[in-house]
Amino acid sequence: MPAEFWYGVEVMLNGLMAGVMYSLVALGFVLIFKASGIFNYAQGVMALFAAQTLVGIQTGLVPFSHLINAMLGTKIHHFGWNVPTFLAILLTIGVMVLFAIIVEKLVLKHLVNQEPIILFMATIGLAYFLEGFGDLMWGSEIKKLDIGIPQGGNVWVEESTAFLGGEDFYGFYLDTLDIYATVIAIALVASLVLFSQYTKTGRALRAVADDHQAALSVGISLRTIWVIVWSIAGFVALVAGVMWGAKSGVQFSLSLIALKALPVLMLGGFTSIPGAIIGGLIIGVGEKMFEFLIGAPFLGGATENWFAYMLALVFLIFRPQGLFGEKIIERV
Amino acid sequence: MIYREVGDFKTTYRADGQTFPIRFDRIRYYVVLAIAFGVVPFLINDYWLNAILLPFLIYSIAAIGLNILTGYCGQVSLGTGGFMAVGAYSCYKLMTGFPDLNIFFCVMLSGLITALVGILFGLPSLRIKGFYLAVATLAAQFFLVWMFNKVSWFYNYSASGQINAPERTILGQPITGAETSAPVTYLFCLSILVLLAIIARNLTRGHLGRSWMAIRDMDIAAEIIGVNPLKAKLTAFGISSFYIGIAGALLFSVYLGAVEVGEVFGIQKSFLVLFMVIIGGLGSIFGSFAGAAFMVLLPVLLKNVLVGTLGWPTDIATHMEFVIVGALIIVFLILEPHGLAQLWRIIKEKLRLWPFPH
Repeated sequence: MPAEFWYGVEVMLNGLMAGVMYSLVALGFVLIFKASGIFNYAQGVMALFAAQTLVGIQTGLVPFSHLINAMLGTKIHHFGWNVPTFLAILLTIGVMVLFAIIVEKLVLKHLVNQEPIILFMATIGLAYFLEGFGDLMWGSEIKKLDIGIPQGGNVWVEESTAFLGGEDFYGFYLDTLDIYATVIAIALVASLVLFSQYTKTGRALRAVADDHQAALSVGISLRTIWVIVWSIAGFVALVAGVMWGAKSGVQFSLSLIALKALPVLMLGGFTSIPGAIIGGLIIGVGEKMFEFLIGAPFLGGATENWFAYMLALVFLIFRPQGLFGEKIIERV
Repeated sequence: MIYREVGDFKTTYRADGQTFPIRFDRIRYYVVLAIAFGVVPFLINDYWLNAILLPFLIYSIAAIGLNILTGYCGQVSLGTGGFMAVGAYSCYKLMTGFPDLNIFFCVMLSGLITALVGILFGLPSLRIKGFYLAVATLAAQFFLVWMFNKVSWFYNYSASGQINAPERTILGQPITGAETSAPVTYLFCLSILVLLAIIARNLTRGHLGRSWMAIRDMDIAAEIIGVNPLKAKLTAFGISSFYIGIAGALLFSVYLGAVEVGEVFGIQKSFLVLFMVIIGGLGSIFGSFAGAAFMVLLPVLLKNVLVGTLGWPTDIATHMEFVIVGALIIVFLILEPHGLAQLWRIIKEKLRLWPFPH
C-alpha cells in the first residue's frame, strides 16, 4: 500500500474523532429540541461558560473580580487556593444545574406556546447574555484548561501502526486527547441512551418528547422535565467544553462549536439521538477528507468552514427531514 | 379623536387605494419626510452621522429586506451577512472596474447581483422548510465569506485582502472616500432608503405581497388556492436579497470605506439584522425602522453610560453590553413577542378612542 493511502486513512481516523466531538455538541441540541421544541442556539456558549467556570473554580479565581475592581478600585484576583479537579467538576455541574433552573424560571416559563422562531431568538439572546456574563465573571483572557488528560501525539498508536506503510510512513498520528474524548463521548452517549430507556425520569423525558399534551395529562410535570433536560444539556456542554477547551484553550472561539454542530443536526435530523451521532461522524470524516483530497490542493484550504453546510444542504434537498428525522407530514 | 378612519371620505378608487389611506398617517408621513430631508441635514455633524444616522439608515434597508423574506414570506434566513458581503464586493468590483459609472448605479447593480445570488440560495427553500432552511441558509453565509476571503480576484489581488472604496461623486459632491461631508452622504443614503421603503410598502400591499403572506401563513393551503410557491418564494428571496445587497454596498462604500469580509460580514451581522426584524416586528415596514433604530441606539447609549458616565474600562463595558443586550432581547420577547410595531398598533388603537375611552 502506498503511503498516501495510509495518510488518507489517518485523515479519516482524525475525521472520525472530530466527528465524535461534533456529535457531542449536537447531542445537547437534540436533547433540548426533543423535550421542549426549542432550538437552543446557546448550546455552544453554554459549553464555553461551563469550561470557564471549571477553570475558574479549579484555579480559585474570584468571580466578577474585574467588575469589582473596576467599580471599587480594589485589586483582587485569586482566592489563593486550588480546588481538586474532581470537586471542581462537581461544583461546575452544580452551577450548570442552577443555570438550568434559572433559565426555566425566568425565560422558558414565560415563553410557553410562542412560535418556534421567537423561542429560537430568545436562546440567541440567552447566548449573548451568557457570553457577556461568563466574561464578566471569569475574565475574557484565554485560559488553559488542565484536567490531567495527556496531550500530543500518541506514541503507542504511532509505533504499532508504522509497519503498515512503506519507508516514508511513520504510523498514524493521533492525538491522545482525541482518543480520550472519543472514549468519553461514547460512554456519555451510551449512558444517556440507558438513562432514557431504563429510568423513570428517562421514560418521562421520552413521553414529553413524543407529545407535550399527552405527557401533561398523565401527570408529568413539564417544568421539572425542562429543568432536567437543560441540566443534562448543561452537563453535555461541560463535557464538550472540557474536551475542546483542553485542546485549544478556553476562549471565545469555543462557543462557535455550536455552529459546527448545526449541519450535523440537519444531516441527522433534529429529533434523533442516533442521527446526531452518525451525522457527526459523516460530517467529521467528510470535511476532513474533502479538505485533504480537494480543498487543500485545489481550493486554497479552509474549506472546513463551509463544507459541512454545503453537504447538509445538498443532502436535505433529497431528504428534507434529515437522515433519521421523523417524516414531516403536512396537513391543511 | 386624533387618529380615526371616520369622516375621511374617499370618492375615487385612486384615493381609496393610496399608500396611507388614513389622514393622520399621511400627515405624519409627510412631516417625517420633511424633517428628514429639510431639517436634519442642517443639524448633523460627523459624530451623529457616523455613530447613529448612517448605520440606522443602512441597517433599515437591510432590515426591510430581511423582513420581506422572514416577516412577509416566513422563510427564516441566517445568511444576511453573506448577502451583504455580495453587495459590498459587487459594489467594489463595479466601482473599480467601471470608474465612470455613477455610484448610484453601482449600488443598484450590486443589489441586482445580490438578488441573483439570493435566488440561487433560495432554491433549496422549495424543498426545505422551517429550521432546516434557517440552518441551510448558514451554508450561504459561510460559503460566501470563505469565497470572498480566498478568491483574490474579488479584492483585486490586494495584499491586505481588504477592499477600499475609491472616491466617487454625484453632482460634484463626494459620496465615498475620505473627503465626504456629512449632509451629502446622509441625503444619499436617505434617498435610497425612502425610495426602497416606498417600493417595499407597495409591494407588500399588492398581489406579490399577498402571495408571500399566504405562503407564510400556510404554504400548502396557499398552494391549493393557486399561489405559485416557486414564484412567491423565489421573488421573496430575490427582492429581499436586492435590499440586503444594497445595504451591504452602502455599508461598505459610504459608511465604512474599507472592509475585511470576515470581520464585517460574519455571522454576527446576520443575527444583528435578524434581531432588528424580530424586535421591530415581523411583517411590518415600520417595525424594520424601529428595530434598526433600537439596535443601533442601544449600544451607543450603553457605551456612553458605562464608559462615559461610570468610567469603566472598555472591555468590561463591552461584556456588560452583551449581558444587557441579551437580557433586553429576552425581556422584549417575553413582554411583546410581536415587536415594537405591535406597541405602535396598540398606541393607535388607544388614540382612536382618546380622550373618551369606554
